Amino acid sequence: MNAMMPQAKINADSGRASSSRSVCAHCGLDVPAANAKSESDKAFCCAGCELAFQLIHDFGLDAFYDMNQTVGTAVGEVIAAEQFADFDSSEFQAQFATDDAAGSRRIRFGIQGIHCIACVWLIENLPQMQRGVVQARMNWSNSTLDLHWDPSQTKLSEAVALLRRLGYRLSAMRYGERERQNTIETRTQLMRLGIAGAAAGNNMLIALGLYLGWFSGMELGYQSLLRYVSCFLGLVSLLGPGMVFFRSAWQALRMRTPHMDLPIALGLAAGGIGGLVNTIRGEGEIYFDSLGVLVFLLLVGRFIQFRQQLRSADAVDLLYQLTPRKARKIVNGVPIDTHADLLKVGDVVQVLAGELIPADGKILEGQTTIDEAILTGESAPRRHCEGSLVAAGTLNLGSAIVVSVSAVGEESRVGRIARLVAQAAADKPAIVQWANRIGGQFVIAVIILALATIAIWWNTGWLDAVDRAIALLIVACPCALAMATPLALAIGLGRGAQRGILIKSGDVLQRLNQPGTIWLDKTGTVTQGSMRLVNWAGENRWLWRAAAIQDHSSHPIANAMNCNGVNNFLGQRGIENHIVASQVEQTVNGGIRGRIDGRELLIGNRQFALQAAKFDAVFEVAAAAALQAGLTPVFVACEGQVVGVAAVGDPIRPEARTKIAHFKKLGWRVGMLSGDHPVVVARIAEHLGIDPALVKGGMLPEDKVAFLRQQPTDQTQVMVGDGVNDSAALAVASVGVAVHGGSEVSMQAAPVYLNRPGLEPILELLDLSRNTMQTIRLNLTVSMLYNALAVVLAMAGIINPLIAALLMPISSLTVVSSSWLRPSFSSPSGNEQPLDRNENGAMVDEQSAALPRAI
Amino acid sequence: MSVIYVALPIALGLSLAAVIAFALSVRSGQFDDLETPQRRMLHDDIPKRK
Repeated sequence: MNAMMPQAKINADSGRASSSRSVCAHCGLDVPAANAKSESDKAFCCAGCELAFQLIHDFGLDAFYDMNQTVGTAVGEVIAAEQFADFDSSEFQAQFATDDAAGSRRIRFGIQGIHCIACVWLIENLPQMQRGVVQARMNWSNSTLDLHWDPSQTKLSEAVALLRRLGYRLSAMRYGERERQNTIETRTQLMRLGIAGAAAGNNMLIALGLYLGWFSGMELGYQSLLRYVSCFLGLVSLLGPGMVFFRSAWQALRMRTPHMDLPIALGLAAGGIGGLVNTIRGEGEIYFDSLGVLVFLLLVGRFIQFRQQLRSADAVDLLYQLTPRKARKIVNGVPIDTHADLLKVGDVVQVLAGELIPADGKILEGQTTIDEAILTGESAPRRHCEGSLVAAGTLNLGSAIVVSVSAVGEESRVGRIARLVAQAAADKPAIVQWANRIGGQFVIAVIILALATIAIWWNTGWLDAVDRAIALLIVACPCALAMATPLALAIGLGRGAQRGILIKSGDVLQRLNQPGTIWLDKTGTVTQGSMRLVNWAGENRWLWRAAAIQDHSSHPIANAMNCNGVNNFLGQRGIENHIVASQVEQTVNGGIRGRIDGRELLIGNRQFALQAAKFDAVFEVAAAAALQAGLTPVFVACEGQVVGVAAVGDPIRPEARTKIAHFKKLGWRVGMLSGDHPVVVARIAEHLGIDPALVKGGMLPEDKVAFLRQQPTDQTQVMVGDGVNDSAALAVASVGVAVHGGSEVSMQAAPVYLNRPGLEPILELLDLSRNTMQTIRLNLTVSMLYNALAVVLAMAGIINPLIAALLMPISSLTVVSSSWLRPSFSSPSGNEQPLDRNENGAMVDEQSAALPRAI
Repeated sequence: MSVIYVALPIALGLSLAAVIAFALSVRSGQFDDLETPQRRMLHDDIPKRK
């Protein structure tokens, strides 16, 4: 909502600046001059938005537009229901949908285009709009929609088409075994927390009575009643929710791996047995109040940690986000719409201009340019002709082609990258947290100390000696120690998220503590990530005319110099948005031509321009300067004369050089891995002050993975990147960082996602790691000191129930407060850039909308 | 003081009831999504066309 406001404001401003500009009533984008209607107060940017507005109005859901200045999602084209016919196919439904109890069917979709709660409201009103839809339930935090429909009353495709007409894109999701397991596990853990909490709370009340009775004297009958009830509650807690510690300790024993649960289980068992015996005996300490609270607190720590891990596992099925849902299969010479999942090797498909290629294959007919950025990271599209190979997920920019399918789904190149990501994530050795490593030594030390206590006190009677040893085992139980790490990590992650640094696993902070090497990807990391108009030689009026023509093309270079691009470049100076271009056509050799006011304009590269026009020395110089700066010159010609040269490129971020110097000062080595041409990469690296020995150009996604695997494993290898092509490398590196504006796959592959552009957040991430690790060390030291003190007191025989009951919560409290009070960032938050956030702190950034918002 | 023989079981019964209520609500999935419902209710009152 707030994120949309700046845009709306800009639109309003520009509306004042020029009366010919207005804002689409549905999506809030600019309305092109051609669509502006004077007779109505509602204008639309495209036919799709107009239809969506109509639909919403007809269903009486106008309230959608009144909610917090909501704007809908731009629709674009007009949608025909037939496009979604394959949603009704039995193959598709067998794969994704399940039967419901009441004769209806259910399916789960991942949904794109959700801005705010108004969208949720609109979508959940679907049963009102579409007969036969029984229920539509959204989960906003992970952008999924559960749809229940009655197959006898409506087709699924109609509901999907309706949602698409409103601007929302759907992709079917399998509700798989893993998701079910996670839901069950979360619920089990919550249940354990509830039982342990209730038992601990009641036990503390009873303990209060017992302590007061201890001071003021209590009748034996009441006392033993309270002791028996306390014993009962304690056993409920130990044998119910507390069982996890015994099970995990038993596992650790069997696998011979040290674990923090070992000393915990030892303390719990000793306390439980000792307490039970003392209850029956009717004298001596019962420890059940301390044990109950111990179990509860430990479970809280465990739950926090589990939620963190869930978030990283929440990554939606990578492959299904990437490849298009739809394919046009040619059967007996006639193109038929089908579902991309249903394609087989040997099928022949047609791919029109502007469509994603549904599967790997070979071009049978036609030639075109294809945007392969998803695989190579290179922003400039490549030419392909008959016989050349194309990959699934890449974008066909030029003209229609016919492709013979050679690999589908997981076997395609994109599928293999997705699998590589999954593999790398599974292969990665988990680092054993320090607290767990010392678990084994801890338990040995405690047992030795307990035996020593028995030996020391043996002379005063064996009962007394055993009693003291049990007291020692309980006070030595490392509650604070076990909470120290998860708590500090959880707080670190939460504070990182507030600054737009989303970390999926706490390990990251531990790994980043040791300086190693930071590998940067070029595109989108040290550069802005998209083609922009950087320079223009010539008169501005020609630039506006060129922009009007480029508006008709979806080529990345055309996007850089269409009306929006020119607006950004000129900063709204002298807007000439009313120009209407006609007869626009793309030419085979990468140019574009069109007519404005009857005069023909040509836009293209040098050869293209030279064919039709001659040019002045001024433009020759401008073109040479552009090439020198690593930019692409684009020539604009009219009536046999070049009238301007635009320089288009992906500019380097201005702050990159100083930030890289800063990394080096912190002890990190900085390198660069890029898919771009080695010469280009080397020049940029030199400009940024990166050691040429650590610069690699021309790397394919697989090369990056192999390269990172070769690096010494004892050093931290940080990979920073944005594209699908980086995703496998992000997963292989010890720490993968996906940067702002990156593709969905890279966000899922990397354990860290930065919601702000530039390299500054990486510095903050390092800072966060350093501070969090310091907090953890402080926590561990403090809790160790408490344990040591308690052990000494117990051995000396001067521990009484009150001291034990006081020591334990104090040590836990110290750990909790030190985790909260210590700053996570060295720099104040004043210099941070504003985040795209709505009023509840949830991110509404387009890119992160799909990311689970757990914090 | 002997009222405790009655009060204590009642107190334990009450907390047992609370635990059961909690368990039922967890099992029915009320804690699965903590974000959408709190916002969904903001727009519950918007009149819909009949």
